[in-house]
Amino acid sequence: MPRRMLAEFGMAVLWVAASLALLQFALGVAALRGHHADFARTIAPLAVAQAMLCGLAMLVLMGLFLRSDMSVLLVATNSHSAKPWLYKFAGTWGNHEGSMLLWVSILGVAGATVALFERALRADTKIATLTVQASIALGFYAFLLFASNPFARIAGVTEGQGLNPLLQDPGLAFHPPTLYIGYVGMSAAFSFAIGALITRDVTPNFARAMRPWILGAWIFLTIGITAGSYWAYYELGWGGWWFWDPVENASLMPWLAATALLHSVTVLATRDALRTWTIMLSCVAFSMSMVGTFLVRSGILTSVHSFAVDPKRGIFILTLLAIYVCGALVLFALRVGTISEGKRFEPVSREGVLVINNLLLSVILVVVMVGTLYPLALEAFTGQKISVGAPFFNTTTGPLALALIGFMAVGPLLRWRHDEGKVLMRRLAFPLAAAAVALIAVLCFAGAAALLPVMGLAVAAGVAVASVAPMWKRNLARTPLFTWGMVIAHLGCAVSITGMAADSAFTQESLVPMKVGDTRSVGAFRVTFEDVAQVPGPNYDALQATLRAETSNGDSWLFKPALHRFSTPAMVTNEAAIRTFWNGQLYVVLGDERPGNVWVVRMWWKPFVMLIWAGGIMIAGGGFLSLIGRVRRSAQGRKAKGQAVS
Amino acid sequence: MRRFLIAATMCLAQPLWGQDYSEESLPDAQQESQAVALMDTLRCVVCQGQPISGSNADLARDMRRLVRERIAAGESPEAVRAWLISRYGQWISLKPQVNVETVPLWIIPLVALGGAGLLYVRRLKQRKN
Amino acid sequence: MKRSWVFWLPVVVTIALFATFLVALVSPSDRTIVSQLVGQPLPTFEAPAAMPDQAGTNSRDYADGKPRLLNVFASWCGPCVAEIPVLLQLQAMGVEINGVAVHDKPDDLARFLAENGNPYARVGLDKGGRAQMAFGSSGVPETFIIDGKGRVLGQHIGVMTEADIPGIVAQLKGQ
Repeated sequence: MPRRMLAEFGMAVLWVAASLALLQFALGVAALRGHHADFARTIAPLAVAQAMLCGLAMLVLMGLFLRSDMSVLLVATNSHSAKPWLYKFAGTWGNHEGSMLLWVSILGVAGATVALFERALRADTKIATLTVQASIALGFYAFLLFASNPFARIAGVTEGQGLNPLLQDPGLAFHPPTLYIGYVGMSAAFSFAIGALITRDVTPNFARAMRPWILGAWIFLTIGITAGSYWAYYELGWGGWWFWDPVENASLMPWLAATALLHSVTVLATRDALRTWTIMLSCVAFSMSMVGTFLVRSGILTSVHSFAVDPKRGIFILTLLAIYVCGALVLFALRVGTISEGKRFEPVSREGVLVINNLLLSVILVVVMVGTLYPLALEAFTGQKISVGAPFFNTTTGPLALALIGFMAVGPLLRWRHDEGKVLMRRLAFPLAAAAVALIAVLCFAGAAALLPVMGLAVAAGVAVASVAPMWKRNLARTPLFTWGMVIAHLGCAVSITGMAADSAFTQESLVPMKVGDTRSVGAFRVTFEDVAQVPGPNYDALQATLRAETSNGDSWLFKPALHRFSTPAMVTNEAAIRTFWNGQLYVVLGDERPGNVWVVRMWWKPFVMLIWAGGIMIAGGGFLSLIGRVRRSAQGRKAKGQAVS
Repeated sequence: MRRFLIAATMCLAQPLWGQDYSEESLPDAQQESQAVALMDTLRCVVCQGQPISGSNADLARDMRRLVRERIAAGESPEAVRAWLISRYGQWISLKPQVNVETVPLWIIPLVALGGAGLLYVRRLKQRKN
Repeated sequence: MKRSWVFWLPVVVTIALFATFLVALVSPSDRTIVSQLVGQPLPTFEAPAAMPDQAGTNSRDYADGKPRLLNVFASWCGPCVAEIPVLLQLQAMGVEINGVAVHDKPDDLARFLAENGNPYARVGLDKGGRAQMAFGSSGVPETFIIDGKGRVLGQHIGVMTEADIPGIVAQLKGQ
């Protein structure tokens, strides 16, 4: 094949993949109606073939970006031949069309994975699941092929327009794909739920089959949000790690729904309760993923991250969303009568506390959603412009989140089915004591800190102790992996909250104009401005300062914050110099130049701030251990069953 | 004498014009933390997605200077916010006011909390029946 | 099921949500931040002279009975260059225009006006964007239409084009 035809080849492959999705959907519907048993056998291979072709189209697009083929419109408008290869590669999905192709590719891979590896599900439910998956894919293929062709050509362009320098960062290479895997993974959970609704198979067995998929998607969402937060922290150069920006909220909403779903599906799998609620949550989690994608992609929100997009595309994707989400909810409302509510539960029992947690997560979800979308609605209907930011979200979600993690700590200390209040109080004695000690310590040392961070530190201490309590007097070697996972994830929440509270209560800031030779102090450090010099960069000019931070016992470290001046497009970014110590991070940024060789240096001492992301990694890691534990347990279960039969 | 006068006026002028508080902490730590807390809740009119405390836009810089200078001069943070709202409208404040337009914003979370409580209580009652 | 209507609630909420999205898409949010001073007296400001041969401007210049334009601009702003011919046209029609140059240096400003033409009766420097913030202006170029009593009649955000001239002249005449 001539290399000049690569884009056309990609387009052709995409069309074939779309056709296979259509076939998969049609045969799936026929099989479910009981027309032909042979149809059922074709579904799984079709899902795999479709995924491979769509993935191939994605690879072709990556190839075009890596080769800087400026005859392709998308490459010409979003890339530049002088860019380092990593950003050419990552630039593939740093734009509308490429990111949609990535979305569909991941959707295809998720479907193929279900087709290849899902064994616990009832056969007809599996076919229904793959059919739903194909119907979602179809909509997005249509969107790609009719409204956002990634392979369109352009004539007479020799050089590209470049990529936003803020996005030229290793974080970009992996942040969007990670979130997308999470979003699209929720579509697999949704397909399971709808599949089970269609075949009336909402049972603990179904919940056990669905759980690993939810876990998997949730792990990626957790990593994506954690990474996005750290990216904002080191890239924007102002020391902030969460802005309640609409696009951040758009990634938080599916995570909240997925977290609730993860726990309700566990109740369904273990106690056969919360059947309708679990199905409902699957729909909500998927809707939130779709709405998240839509909000980011349509450009209707005012945000740092938003991309200007043609409103016609917005309406196309909105129509798709309306069909899927409303279709699912209508099916749910129609079929809800056929699902029995499942077993009842006692208030003092693990499932009782899990219900409270689910409800609290849902309320937080509603709050975040209202805060994010209310300004949009108000402006759409009245023309009034308001902003809703940190003050609203912190005061509303803060207390709810603290209550949530309080109950999170209690849950694992209770037995399923029924437990005694008195016994619970005994088990809670240590955690409560830890919280009280932490509260007193913080009040003694900090004094005038705000209420929420102080409460946060106290709750975190209690939760940390309570989280590891399930391991008390247990044979650690024989404890199942998923219990380890739960303990680590819950401990991660306490770690993360500690970081957030410590950062907001004890951060020390010093914004000072400095000349070479000046010394200023921040936290326990004395920082000397030693030098500022030009340093050549790959596609920018860098101005790099050298600062020496010393502690009173004579240790010293060099910090090299820089300003990067990009030419295509023209923009300056601040590159922070950050060093992690056992008790916090020193964050140094080179700011404005003032007359007389004076530079403003922005310095922050942020005690324990890294715990925020360490906690996030622990939460994701805990999820990963659970996933392995569950998959292994169900494989053992099948093996045992197989032996029993033979 | 004239030279002395010029020098004297320059010295007097120094605290006003020599210090540029767009990116410089105020000497008074309490005022500085008030100023930073306020800046965290003012939206940058240029880049629109970030608070002025986290933006490199020129106008955000100017607003940071304005906030610090006014707070150093003894104005309360809410007075500074009100002044900016009187110029740029409610949009500039990330802290929504409680008024007729924002009633749903504050009510819906409460309704959600109430609804969740009701759902839970109902489940418990059904259990006893 | 007695309370099955409850399960239709999500459908209703979703439809309402999507209707909002649709409205927001069809009439996309206006990203410009309009000054709240329209209809109000011009605020106190001081924009001292940039050049020895041309006076600066301050809030006391605007209550002399003559309506005029107040143009917020900068020599470093590309679109401002495109606006100068329109301002010159307005000047030729007898409209008085005062300029406030934001974040500018006297030398740059003098060069800018020498190269592109000088439509301004008075030009002042706005150090640190103080006047700009007092006006509730969020970028350059922006033009405020001011009546003879020093009240702000209107605000034009962005570059003025020839097509805008009749509307602005009409506003100045108090129509």
